[in-house]
Amino acid sequence: MSVLVVAEHLRGQIRDVTRELITAGREVGPVTVAVIGQDPGSLVDAVNIDGVTEIVTVTIGAGEFENDAYQAAVEALIADRKPRLTLLGFTVNSMGYGPAAAVKLGLGFASDVHGIALEGDAVIATRSFYGSKVSAELEFPGVNGVMLLLRPTVWSPAEGVGNSSVTALDVAAVPSRARHLELIEATAASDVDITQADFLLSIGRGIGDKENVEMFKELAEKMGATLSVSRPLVDAGWMPSSRQVGQSGKTVKPTVYLAFGISGAVQHLAGMKTSGTIIAVNTDPEAAIFNVAQYGAKADLFDVAEELEKLY
Amino acid sequence: MKTVVCIKQVLQLGDEVEFTADGLDVDPDYLDPALNEWDSFATEEALQLRERLGGEVVLVTCGSKQSEAALRRCLAMGADRAIRIEGVDRDPFSVARALADVVSAENSDLVLCGVQSSDAVQAATGTALAELLDLPRAAVITKLDYSGAGTAVVDRELEGGLIDRVEVDTPAVLTIQTGINQPRYANLRAIKQAEQVEIDVRSAAGGGTPAYRVRKMFVPDRGEGAEMLNGSPAEIAARIASIVKERLA
Ligand SMILES: Cc1cc2nc3c(=O)[nH]c(=O)nc-3n(C[C@H](O)[C@H](O)[C@H](O)COP(=O)(O)OP(=O)(O)OC[C@H]3O[C@@H](n4cnc5c(N)ncnc54)[C@H](O)[C@@H]3O)c2cc1C
Ligand SMILES: Nc1ncnc2c1ncn2[C@@H]1O[C@H](COP(=O)(O)O)[C@@H](O)[C@H]1O
Repeated sequence: MSVLVVAEHLRGQIRDVTRELITAGREVGPVTVAVIGQDPGSLVDAVNIDGVTEIVTVTIGAGEFENDAYQAAVEALIADRKPRLTLLGFTVNSMGYGPAAAVKLGLGFASDVHGIALEGDAVIATRSFYGSKVSAELEFPGVNGVMLLLRPTVWSPAEGVGNSSVTALDVAAVPSRARHLELIEATAASDVDITQADFLLSIGRGIGDKENVEMFKELAEKMGATLSVSRPLVDAGWMPSSRQVGQSGKTVKPTVYLAFGISGAVQHLAGMKTSGTIIAVNTDPEAAIFNVAQYGAKADLFDVAEELEKLY
Repeated sequence: MKTVVCIKQVLQLGDEVEFTADGLDVDPDYLDPALNEWDSFATEEALQLRERLGGEVVLVTCGSKQSEAALRRCLAMGADRAIRIEGVDRDPFSVARALADVVSAENSDLVLCGVQSSDAVQAATGTALAELLDLPRAAVITKLDYSGAGTAVVDRELEGGLIDRVEVDTPAVLTIQTGINQPRYANLRAIKQAEQVEIDVRSAAGGGTPAYRVRKMFVPDRGEGAEMLNGSPAEIAARIASIVKERLA
């Protein structure tokens, strides 16, 4: 089965997710990698990986990602190469054009996919629903091809040098209706670097109230831990974004990650699941955080915090 | 200034699960409805635009009668009126097709969706809708700068928190990320009033191939899973302290 992988890059660097897509793709069939950019030739070496049979470059005017240009390029690639399966990362860029191209071309489509299987000629995708508490197998009847947006960090990044051919595909320029202006670094005043901490005490929406942040600051200090948080605490303005763990925050890998009142949403797990030892306290025994934790406790976080306080 | 906000009532699963007889979904008895978190941020953004520029905020949902509760939550926040399209509520292409006719007829300056629905995590409906409406779009927006005409300047939040500032032609579809604002709480009186509002119910146009079809839903194999620490809070705390001590040694 022919597979098209769309490479993702930022500021002249291929992003890790691209090599993960190649791993997923080469399990299914010969992989064509599309590199779309202002100077795609400069990125070709980085995707010439074992299992890639062809690299197709598409030159566009924009210096960074723009969704109209990407959509036009991917539509042209699919029309030209007719892949049975097109793989994109489940990333912010893909969210801006993947579903548009798929609905326009009448492709089967699913996002946040974490498993792919083939049954004869049919693609079966596995993804989660309801807070990752259940999984589902999806089928795509009556379509000419399928586009899947794959969850990052599930497949390991592909390695090994390939000997792929490189061809260019000309795609007529389309007017860009959403134009890149500038990239701006997240500049929250960072009092600490949570990526350097050996021991993170991480709190989530389960702490309930802003007033409760203080007691966890104190507990973290007593335990010799650095305090980190899930996104809702940053959204609410209770903690600076420099403390946020996850896909849109920091990726951390401490020796110990102790989570209080964090459900374990995919975008949170993306930032901490490779921590040394994960311990989670949650009143919901089915919370997804327990899927990645080595130790768990179904308990009220305030009761446990109060007892921990006494031990330090 | 008219803004359409697409609202989804999400379903939350507690700590027990049973599946429907056909095995294709969770038994509704085990699901609790709630307003999708992202959509409360989208509604707040629309209300702030109206406060600055005047005009109207129109809510649209696709779902069963039960999903009107989510519309009423947003009406209580201050939206002007609400439309419910009878029909499917999950497959992003079927939902986008059902929304497209109704949203198109509103001729709004902006269409706001949430980045994703918390029960399905697809991040697809808004972008598919933009395609069907042939509108410019931008996804995962944490800042919106718009004066009511011409172009809007928006911040797309990339991985790691990096911001991509983008200029987008309008009318446009934007998918709104949490944290863009602080959604207001509705007071009791507004909640009561919202109960009385007449919701405009339409039927879906239908047709088109769905994005996917669920063929089986199941509880995933957890593998080893976490070792659960049992006992009183004091006993749990003692175990945690000893694990931490051992690991950090
Ligand atoms: C593009 C994108 C990027 C994102 N990036 C990030 C990111 O970088 N980081 C991130 O964290 N999220 C991110 N998110 C948001 C993510 O999807 C979730 O919404 C978020 O992680 C949920 O945070 P939470 O677990 O604290 O809250 P919830 O999901 O609300 O979970 C709260 C948990 O606390 C438990 N609880 C409640 N009370 C108690 C109690 N008394 N004792 C014990 N447990 C209790 C509950 O059972 C529940 O499991 C992103 C989303 C998108 C769309
Ligand atoms: N049934 C629905 N009715 C109205 N809007 C929806 C519906 N489903 C999804 N949406 C919109 O699309 C966004 C993303 O949902 P999803 O693509 O399911 O992750 C939501 O935040 C809503 O704004």
